[in-house]
Amino acid sequence: MKASAFAYARATSVENALDLLSVHGEAAKLLSGGQSLLPAMNLRLIAPELLVDVSQLVELRGIVVKEGVVTIGALTRHADLLKSPEIAAHAPLLMDAVAHVAHPAIRNRGTIGGSLAHADPASELPACMLTLGATIIARGPSGERRIAANEFFVGIYETALTPQELLVAVELPVTPINSTHFFHEFARRHGDYAIVGLAAQASVKDGGFADLRLGFFAVGDRPLLANSASKLVDVVITSAVLTEAASALDDELDPLEDQQATPAMRRLLAKVLLTRCVFALLARPDLCAGVSA
Amino acid sequence: MTAAVAISLSVNGERVEANVLPRLNLADFLREHLKLTGTHVGCEHGVCGACTVRVNGDIVRSCLLLAVQTHNATVETIEGLSDSGEIADLQSAFRERNALQCGFCTPGMLMAAQDLLKQSPSPDRGQIREHLAGNYCRCTGYQAIVDAIESAAWARAGRLP
Repeated sequence: MKASAFAYARATSVENALDLLSVHGEAAKLLSGGQSLLPAMNLRLIAPELLVDVSQLVELRGIVVKEGVVTIGALTRHADLLKSPEIAAHAPLLMDAVAHVAHPAIRNRGTIGGSLAHADPASELPACMLTLGATIIARGPSGERRIAANEFFVGIYETALTPQELLVAVELPVTPINSTHFFHEFARRHGDYAIVGLAAQASVKDGGFADLRLGFFAVGDRPLLANSASKLVDVVITSAVLTEAASALDDELDPLEDQQATPAMRRLLAKVLLTRCVFALLARPDLCAGVSA
Repeated sequence: MTAAVAISLSVNGERVEANVLPRLNLADFLREHLKLTGTHVGCEHGVCGACTVRVNGDIVRSCLLLAVQTHNATVETIEGLSDSGEIADLQSAFRERNALQCGFCTPGMLMAAQDLLKQSPSPDRGQIREHLAGNYCRCTGYQAIVDAIESAAWARAGRLP
């Protein structure tokens, strides 16, 4: 289908975009890459009266590493992240994840800010933000606001942003050199939204975890930073410990039913991902016995 | 404010000036206004890849880009790539390997294939499949398409299969 009629304004600056948002409020939508917004409009799931095109605001595009922090402008495209030596060096988990975001033609347009503001619970980047302890920076009529990733995602397609705010950047702490990561998702074809996925970052010491952060996606109405990861930290990992962690994880999940999978299947796949993640990060094939999917 | 917006862009090397409604996507602009019907419209929500074109050198979904967003851009369609001879070898490989039947997906497939070969001259079959994962074909079963791209890559690299 085609999108219904709307008005179009090309923002000339961040201030100009904020002015348009404060005048039009919820009737307006921000357009950057358009790779989630335009499908929704073409399917007539939404019909904004005004699109404020921020895609020309070059000051919102780019990656800067300074004093232990990676700052990514909201308009930085997925393809930019994939080509970035800074991301490869300082946020390798994000690099792995972006390779799973949609297809090349979509990665050439889609932006990190758009993906986070869209907040699809099955998308990769929101979960990575939780795992990496990101801070999301929004600008609104009363100035700048910093929002921790774990307070940013509040429901399906729902974030802590107000209709008057513009997501301008995200900040990630530089990943420590001795840290290691795991990324995997189950999807029907490469690049599709995940059935279930896991973005994990860990610090491994003496064959165990000194730190472990598990960001699951497509397991509920928002990405989940699993508390059950704590059951695997500072302990000798045995099959029994892993089983206990998997069962604690099960209590944290609230998977939705859709045409791709039942909640039961998503629970099973989340458990499989947890096991594979521990197996891969600790190089312990014995822990994988009996787990398949 | 839903009035037409003036745009100026380059399409296949020619300067185009037009007034377009904001809701008009690039695929429909190319097909309906410029009569460049080689760009196909399938799903209209970014899943099928039939509408793939190049904008400023990068492949994009023309159904997910508004015509107004292409102001000052350089757009290349399958007609442009075909007429310039840039993909003549890929086109003949598709024909020789039976990599098309109805042909609906073919313009998008060729766009995606050329994009891959520009970035990675000797891709393996896995990389070809991954790069084409965003393009649906309902006829061939994909094997022949992968064959065609693989043989075109070999030929460009001066290697025999």
